[in-house]
Amino acid sequence: MPTNAPAAAFADATASDGALRRFLHGLPGIDPVGLEARAASLGTRSIKTSAKAYAIDLAISMIDLTTLEGADTPGKVRALAAKAVHPDPTDRTTPHTAAVCVYPDMVATAKEVLKGSDVKVASVATAFPAGRAALPVKLADVRDAVAAGADEIDMVIDRGAFLAGHYLKVYEEIAAVRAECGDKARLKVIFETGELSTYDNIRRASWLGMMGGADFIKTSTGKVAVNATPPNTLVLLEAVRDFRAQTGIQVGVKPAGGIRSTKDAVKFLVLVNETVGGDWLDNHWFRFGASSLLNDLLMQRQKLATGRYSGPDYVTVD
Amino acid sequence: MSEKSSEKSEPTRLGVFKTYKLYVGGKFPRSESGRVYEVVDSKGKWLANAPLSSRKDARDAVVAARKAFGGWAGATAYNRGQILYRIAEMLEGRKDQFVREVAEAEGLSKSKAAAVVDAAIDRWVWYAGWTDKIGQVVGGANPVAGPFFNLSTPEPTGVVTVLAPQESSFLGLVSVIAPVIATGNTVIVIASEKAPLPALSLGEVLATSDLPGGVVNVLSGKTAEIAAPLAAHQDVNAIDLTGAGSDLARDLEIAAADNLKRVVRPKAVDFSADPGTDRLTAFLETKTVWHPTGSLGASGSAY
Repeated sequence: MPTNAPAAAFADATASDGALRRFLHGLPGIDPVGLEARAASLGTRSIKTSAKAYAIDLAISMIDLTTLEGADTPGKVRALAAKAVHPDPTDRTTPHTAAVCVYPDMVATAKEVLKGSDVKVASVATAFPAGRAALPVKLADVRDAVAAGADEIDMVIDRGAFLAGHYLKVYEEIAAVRAECGDKARLKVIFETGELSTYDNIRRASWLGMMGGADFIKTSTGKVAVNATPPNTLVLLEAVRDFRAQTGIQVGVKPAGGIRSTKDAVKFLVLVNETVGGDWLDNHWFRFGASSLLNDLLMQRQKLATGRYSGPDYVTVD
Repeated sequence: MSEKSSEKSEPTRLGVFKTYKLYVGGKFPRSESGRVYEVVDSKGKWLANAPLSSRKDARDAVVAARKAFGGWAGATAYNRGQILYRIAEMLEGRKDQFVREVAEAEGLSKSKAAAVVDAAIDRWVWYAGWTDKIGQVVGGANPVAGPFFNLSTPEPTGVVTVLAPQESSFLGLVSVIAPVIATGNTVIVIASEKAPLPALSLGEVLATSDLPGGVVNVLSGKTAEIAAPLAAHQDVNAIDLTGAGSDLARDLEIAAADNLKRVVRPKAVDFSADPGTDRLTAFLETKTVWHPTGSLGASGSAY
């Protein structure tokens, strides 16, 4: 996929602020009641035995194992990276996670531990989590992370500009970050859906992100009260489905924050399968931004393997 | 309905039957499986439907008990004693209900059932008194050959599964769970299979006694079905097999060995007798700390 292919496809829509506004507001509206009912009904599927085992391994392989704390130490990042490579040291058949997700200054530390493994390093950037900084500062943040070896960049959009209706500003920022990533890193665009207040806004933001050249669209930072929920992830999934139908470009989805149990994760996988189909059931196209989720997945995996319920004493606490 | 004074022309009042529910994590859920089974009295007459718990109810109970453990073990012994005494107070006010349930469940006369309920209430008081005294009995200062204070103190074992006695549906039940929680453990109790109603009603008393949710979790159903996953559960620290038959007890003990659970084997117990401290000490660990006394002055210890 050539970098920023969508730019050409949407040249008309992104010609001016007014045109972009007309385009985004021309997207079909969302029926919130129907959306929530749909998301809830897909959450009632019963996934058992071999299907559950498959779902657990798939979910583990889709995790972006995340630590984004002010208190992150190099030691903690190293431990997390080691866990990403071998989530369950007692069972080497456990798949590794997709990536570890850290702050830019920890990228080099993580990279060192992950050398020689298939686990990628994702780095948040652009003044995460608030995104309140000038564009040159954000771009410098991205450059820094890419230079340190990040394979993926998780940027946040400027929600203030988005909510104020300055869509073109948001679009140009995403495009600029896309250009900064070049071919070295895949770009994930975080919308912070908990701050966008309506489902219609989430759909508009999704399109804006994809038009700007996102490789992934991501629900949230994990730093606000409302994070990834099945309904707002469903909006993202519908957006990537429609986007591929229109442009032929496939974009990944990453719900992040608040997904803690195996049951939740499996619900999201059902949502993916029923909305966009099996093409997305791969860690190249779907990710979970999570940390404690991995522990629950490992406990469930042990339960399926041994028939005994496992406990928190048998997985690492991080 | 039993009032004879009502005239025949008046419409008969419809009976209000109680839906017995589990007590897990301070809430009253039905069984996750949606199943119930019929509970009959000593003469075979139907009393009520009780939830037939599944292994998932057991799993949920362990999660609730583990969550409650930190707070309950960390509460002061004095506070735990107050709460146990509060349970006795609450039971006292609902004595009539328990007398009826025990009489029906065990086929006792009303006066005998009343004596059993009184004994059960007194048992809570007995263990309420023990909460802040057991430390002095089983802990203490150890003489060591060096300039150290060496102190041993009892600590709760953790999450304990209890198979309540099958015959003594109420006094026996109280006699096995009160000593477990008195020392700071949390408990998942499997009620007597054929007489679970007093245990399920006890949940309602516990819920109104300042006892934090999850400290006691009451499950009803087939003892063997619920006990098997609990005995194998890696997050349960001990199991009391009082209500298990000898074959079941052997199987459960084998399953429990996997993560080195403490196991109390079943033996014949007279629950009306003085309980002693055996059950209190069965679910305690001993923590020993060494502390330097500092330099010894000419006149002995600096302290």
